Amino acid sequence: MKLKRELCVRMLSKMYEIRIFEETVDDLFARGLVHGTMHLSIGQEASAVGSVFALRDEDYILSTHRGHGHCIAKGADINLMMAEFLGKETGYCRGRGGSMHIADIEGRNLGANGVVGGGIPLAVGVGLSLKMRQTDEIVMGFFGDGAANQGAFHEALNMAAIWTLPVVYVCENNQYGMSMSTNRAFKIERIAQRADGYGMVGVTVDGNDVLEVYEAAAKAVDRARSGGGPTLLECVTYRWKGHSKSDQERYRTKDEIEAWKRRDPIKLFRERLLTEGVITDQEAAGFEEQASRTIAEAVEFAKSSAEPDPDTILEGVYA
Amino acid sequence: MKEMTYAEAVREALREEMIRDDSVFLIGEDVGTYGGAFGVSYGLVDEFGEDRVRDTPISEAGIMGAATGAALMGMRPVAEIMFMDFTTIAMDQLVNQAAKLRFMFGGKAKVPLVLRTPGGSGTGAAAHHSQSLEAWFVHVPGLKVVMPSTPYDAKGLLVASIRDDNPVIFVEHKLLYKTKGPVPEEEYTIPLGTADVKRTGRDLTIVATSIMVPRVLAAAETLAGQGIDAEVVDPRTLKPLDEETIFKSVIKTGRVLIAHEACKTGGAGAEIAARIVESDAFNYLDAPIVRLAGLDIPVPYNRNLERRMVPQVEDIVAAARELVG
Ligand SMILES: Cc1ncc(C[n+]2csc(CCOP(=O)(O)OP(=O)(O)O)c2C)c(N)n1
Ligand SMILES: [Mg+2]
Repeated sequence: MKLKRELCVRMLSKMYEIRIFEETVDDLFARGLVHGTMHLSIGQEASAVGSVFALRDEDYILSTHRGHGHCIAKGADINLMMAEFLGKETGYCRGRGGSMHIADIEGRNLGANGVVGGGIPLAVGVGLSLKMRQTDEIVMGFFGDGAANQGAFHEALNMAAIWTLPVVYVCENNQYGMSMSTNRAFKIERIAQRADGYGMVGVTVDGNDVLEVYEAAAKAVDRARSGGGPTLLECVTYRWKGHSKSDQERYRTKDEIEAWKRRDPIKLFRERLLTEGVITDQEAAGFEEQASRTIAEAVEFAKSSAEPDPDTILEGVYA
Repeated sequence: MKEMTYAEAVREALREEMIRDDSVFLIGEDVGTYGGAFGVSYGLVDEFGEDRVRDTPISEAGIMGAATGAALMGMRPVAEIMFMDFTTIAMDQLVNQAAKLRFMFGGKAKVPLVLRTPGGSGTGAAAHHSQSLEAWFVHVPGLKVVMPSTPYDAKGLLVASIRDDNPVIFVEHKLLYKTKGPVPEEEYTIPLGTADVKRTGRDLTIVATSIMVPRVLAAAETLAGQGIDAEVVDPRTLKPLDEETIFKSVIKTGRVLIAHEACKTGGAGAEIAARIVESDAFNYLDAPIVRLAGLDIPVPYNRNLERRMVPQVEDIVAAARELVG
């Protein structure tokens, strides 16, 4: 495959943004500046970026509790994301949602979700309305391996299939739902095998190879857009950090984590771009620095933003 | 007596009942090695093995159905739903199956299961991980609803719940897990349907559940310094409800404040207030009943908004002062 420089540069830059964003919020949490908890996708950046980059701006996504990467890849304003983390009025959800509920309605990100599998049936409704209105837009619905064992997964994939909806389901198989490994939670080898049962196409890719993800996602997106119906795309990847902020990680070994860290999706992509002469080392360092600046500015924006006015607490429940 | 946390008290009840009765087993997401999201069942898998401390896929409807089916077979499953918010996914199996099977089968079957789940806000986990949905369950014939506020109550009530022959929803509170209190060395149970007077007083009755109990007790200390003597009644089980203990207190004090974390509209406080006005205790009321409850909004993420949504010690003090007037 001939690598297109412009696309590769944008993808690499987004992966840096996601990585540095998450390292930064991890640090803010450690310093007591973030309330609640968060689910970091460090190590999974290729799956978010490769799949979302196959979309057009006017396409939709539905994200998960581990959704910072999807959100940033879809083009979210980092300032508004960071402000949401700090619970500020300027945040995407006016400080009401936090990490687990960030949505960027204008950017056509219909939201992260605190309920595992909660977004999978929503994608059916989004796809259905796109089809009924005869647009050529599509929706990409993300979920984890763990979510594939919710009853709602089965209902939704079947409906998307029988109605030939313009949906791309992306299962980010990071091999654990909290402490439950896929070996224990599934009798089948590949989650994409389930696609057969619904009569849709199922594909499994190396979720740490952003170009492989991108190519498979582009095919699925074409299929959805051209009336060929939904696809179940499984990206096999790994989360480096604990599940959330309360994880002692007794269910996996240090060796396993280290082995996956050696397959760092950002490093792999950067090395490939260098080897193939698409970018120089200096350029790559420049993209990384630019991402750091963007995130640092966002922290400043968030810190200097106002808290929600307590008197507005009852607002926004009803339209 | 020994000091232990609320979480340890729950664990001790689980452990002792598992030793005592082979038919007791745990089933839920990450209840094994992880020990549950709040570490409540930590270590039990090492002692009892993966068969009796059974990790499940993320399948709340499946967990609830499996527990119900096993209970029909005479097992005594203790199912855990990681956050009370996700009982919504288990609702069909719980409400349409577990709660009704016995009645529909003419009393010829029983469903001895416990569903443990933590409710409540205060952890910054926002609208999908913070709800207090106990009133939903109170509404369903066939279910019992337990809401302990202390380690002592948690252990005694959980043992009673496991031994009960009906489906019991055992609502724990995330902010209570680390609170400490005395628990007897020897075996004991607390019968479901017995309230506890946590503090005696003359001037008003405060009925409080779960996390509101320690807040109300703290408020009562402040009130005492201001010459107001509050009696604090913890129903401990919302269903069955120990009306007699509540009525007796109301008859004594003539004023009632009800405090709970759940949203006010349709909350358990409405039921308790209605029971009081339907009874003879109504004749002893010197003022309208006051309810202090969560605002009718989803739980917000922002720390200040989250705090403001739910009654705090200062709100309880203010409401009590106004009521006593
Ligand atoms: C319905 C529901 N059940 C349980 C949880 C608690 N929980 C949050 S994330 C998670 C694991 C999800 O696993 P997976 O879908 O593989 O996504 P990952 O966290 O690995 O990205 C669990 C059990 C939840 N949020 N929602
Ligand atoms: Mg996973």
